[in-house]
Amino acid sequence: MDRHSLPRPGAAGVVSRHRELGLTDAEFELIVEKLGREPNDVELAMFSLLWSEHCAYKHSRKLLRRLPTEGERVVMGPGENAGAVDVGGGYAVAFKVESHNHPSAVEPFQGAATGVGGILRDVFALGARPIAILDSLRFGELDSPRSRFLLDGAVRGIGHYGNSIGVATVGGEIYFERPYEHNCLINAMCVGLAKREEMVRAAATGVGNAVVLMGAATGRDGIGGASVLASAELGEGDDAKRPTVQIGDPFEESKLLECCLELLEQGLLVSLQDLGAAGLTSSAAEMASAGKVGIDLDVTKVPLRETDMEPFEIMVSESQERMLCVVEPANVPAVLVLCEKWQTGAAEIGTVTDSGQIRVLRDGEPVGEMPVEALVDGCPLYELDPAEPAGWIYRNRATLDPDAAPADTLLALLASPNVASKRWAFEQYDSVVGSRTARRPESADAAVLALPEAGNAIAIAIDGNGRRVACDPYAGTVEAVLECAQNLACVGAEPLGLTNCLNFGNPEKPVPAWQLERAVSGLADACEALGVPVVGGNVSLYNEGPEGPIYPTPVVAMVGELPDARLARSSAFLREGDAIALLGPFAPSLAGSQLAKLRGELDAGLPQPDTEAVARACALLRDAIRAGRISSAHDVSDGGLACAIAESAIAAGLGCRVDLQPLRERGCTPDEALFGEGSGGFLISGEREVLVELGGVVLGRVGSGAIELVAGERRVSVTLADVKRSWLSLRHLASPDRSE
Amino acid sequence: MVWGVVQFPGSCDERDAVHACGLAGEARLIWHEERALGGVDAVVIPGGFSYGDYLRAGAIARFSRAMEAVAEFAAGGGPVLGICNGFQVLCEAGLLPGALLRNENLRFVCRQVDLIADGARQSPFLREIEPGERLSIPVKHGEGRYYAPEEMLDEIEANGQVAFRYAPGQNPNGSLRDVAGVLNEGGNVLGLMPHPEHAVDPLTGSVDGLKLFSAASSALANA
Repeated sequence: MDRHSLPRPGAAGVVSRHRELGLTDAEFELIVEKLGREPNDVELAMFSLLWSEHCAYKHSRKLLRRLPTEGERVVMGPGENAGAVDVGGGYAVAFKVESHNHPSAVEPFQGAATGVGGILRDVFALGARPIAILDSLRFGELDSPRSRFLLDGAVRGIGHYGNSIGVATVGGEIYFERPYEHNCLINAMCVGLAKREEMVRAAATGVGNAVVLMGAATGRDGIGGASVLASAELGEGDDAKRPTVQIGDPFEESKLLECCLELLEQGLLVSLQDLGAAGLTSSAAEMASAGKVGIDLDVTKVPLRETDMEPFEIMVSESQERMLCVVEPANVPAVLVLCEKWQTGAAEIGTVTDSGQIRVLRDGEPVGEMPVEALVDGCPLYELDPAEPAGWIYRNRATLDPDAAPADTLLALLASPNVASKRWAFEQYDSVVGSRTARRPESADAAVLALPEAGNAIAIAIDGNGRRVACDPYAGTVEAVLECAQNLACVGAEPLGLTNCLNFGNPEKPVPAWQLERAVSGLADACEALGVPVVGGNVSLYNEGPEGPIYPTPVVAMVGELPDARLARSSAFLREGDAIALLGPFAPSLAGSQLAKLRGELDAGLPQPDTEAVARACALLRDAIRAGRISSAHDVSDGGLACAIAESAIAAGLGCRVDLQPLRERGCTPDEALFGEGSGGFLISGEREVLVELGGVVLGRVGSGAIELVAGERRVSVTLADVKRSWLSLRHLASPDRSE
Repeated sequence: MVWGVVQFPGSCDERDAVHACGLAGEARLIWHEERALGGVDAVVIPGGFSYGDYLRAGAIARFSRAMEAVAEFAAGGGPVLGICNGFQVLCEAGLLPGALLRNENLRFVCRQVDLIADGARQSPFLREIEPGERLSIPVKHGEGRYYAPEEMLDEIEANGQVAFRYAPGQNPNGSLRDVAGVLNEGGNVLGLMPHPEHAVDPLTGSVDGLKLFSAASSALANA
């Protein structure tokens, strides 16, 4: 091609324009070197997005190479739209978790809604029908009007999208901590089910094949989202960024989803890719890169919802509900007919070539031409410059008297937003559509979905306590992985694969860099110890507010298999007279605990979990659950053993008498025994002999009416009604009209 | 016994409805553009967000070709069950009295609730349910507050057209007089906000909803 026919760079200072777009001078020079000339505006816009942190992972990619990704059940690993594992019977489960933090901090309803829409597309891009959504949310404390605004908008947004498209939201978690005040976290997960033989990859192949854009028309919404919002710190003037937040339309996506699945079922697609961050630019470049081909795209063929859009705007628009597919020329008419049936847009906009270039055409005339390799893999990868902080870098705020009576302490913990029931939130989500949900939210430690097609079931858990990771990024991340494994064990499931979303601060600063490095080490070591492969992931950096970085928050999600959903136990006690026991290598400590938070005593450091011992306890419990030997199982988490006991009692409407003397004998103080946290603890109930045989330490019995706990000289006696009232303290959030 | 489940773009629970109907006969989907129902014996209008429900829930679906056929089928006495969005569509189409408004707290709600059968008039869907019987069935909707003018409420109560009410204290949406489901005058058209198709398996909640499907099936077998 004659390079001189390309539009020339704008005369007035392209050099400063690259900075506006988030590229460093050195990165710009590298682009010039790779092109052998200066990029024009179209090319610069496309490079700036694909070389952004969000798309290029330039501060994290080297670290992520440490994660174990191999496993005999892995069907698709990192690099595809989502990871997938074999669940047997000819079926695979695809899953991924992704952040939509910065858009949600600017406009929570649409930010969260499109976060759900985006992760759904990642999963059905593989040919998997989405069957479950989970979400992991972080906000500032509820006494802040901004936090309540973000929370309300995000919960409604998740519900709006998931409910409307008919995919069950089956679980999730919400934490409230001051460091998320300015920069909330919205991580959405989707799980899909596919016949293995009908799954499709994103690689564009077959020179001469057509490139078809399906779904919504392209507009100016979300231009520059990946670079402007996702790859820089939030700050003042964020309102002006609102136009970079996309608007979601679940109805459009519902049609697109059904259409794509029918196209795949009929074998009409060569490959399929969703349009997410950086729109057409990234999907075309990634498809071409994966298939080692080139792609020509003509922007005049892209259906637009606005007039007079410039080529660069069309190439970088993040309009939602769009998919790009590669189709053999002979099949194009059949594809267009099916798209018409589903009333979803479709246009042939380009061709697969052997040029190794992404060529952008306008009316057939080139307006940009870049080597795929330079766009996708050319971005420099940076070494981090980590430095461990001298101590606890976040603020403490005491809201509970350290001398409060143990009963008052328990009630305060149960009423604290991190521990209190999230029923007010999850009741806003359809958790039953699809007829698979065998364990609904809060009824068990993991969501359980029946897979009648494959003849078995899966369990899903998502965890990531940022406060504990802030205390010790390595141990806290190991704990997050272990908690997922423990949640799965409680319903009798064996882990098949793990995905994650790493939410951290600015990686160019030493402390967030150190947090990120330590957390990835913890993630790698814990996954290796458990033998669970990492099949995908997402990284969200630059999560900071005026007061500094967020708590480092690796959100970990695990999918496991169980032979029969009916075997899954609930976390609720089952019957009066059952024995209650503690199982597993639980060594509770107040470090990083919810109680330490309420007392304003948070500090750096956590005890190191014994990963091997926790893995053994998980296997033991899993086998006992599958054999139907115990009545209930609940992992000991936020608020310690006392809160775990209260939760199992509330869910059952039963009381109990428990003496924590065995923990006292292990050297725990009464506070540690009651409220201490750490990995490896399971609260189980059932027949005394069975619990003892499993190695459980019997602590008491299920009774009625009241919860009585003894830990040395400390005694708690509370009625079930009182604990329930505290635990339901956030109920008013579902009726904002009357509460404010 | 063949059930037809109408599928609109934006339907969500159509596969669940096919599954539930399949436990009491055969079931197949009817595409919204079909003008004929293909000889089915009973019709389900399923839950979801037909055509996105952007104008008003059910307001666009009522104009679909399949709904023209359903209206004729209902006029001829054919059994029609509208669930959630299907209830909204049937009200919009004038096949059932009243309307469904946004929930009182303006929030979507998904919850297992108890319904009480009201001792309504003869209906193929209610033959296996005793007056006063409690059924545990989930609701999930944002626009489920049953509304009708006072005189109309009096009239449908007097006519025995109230099929189900929410159990005392369990009204999830502010429905007038706790109404959860209503019949047409002929008793062959039933609309309800709770989802009986999501109450057909103990594993996923309860089996109380199955009675509606099996009743219609045996009613037709005996007809």
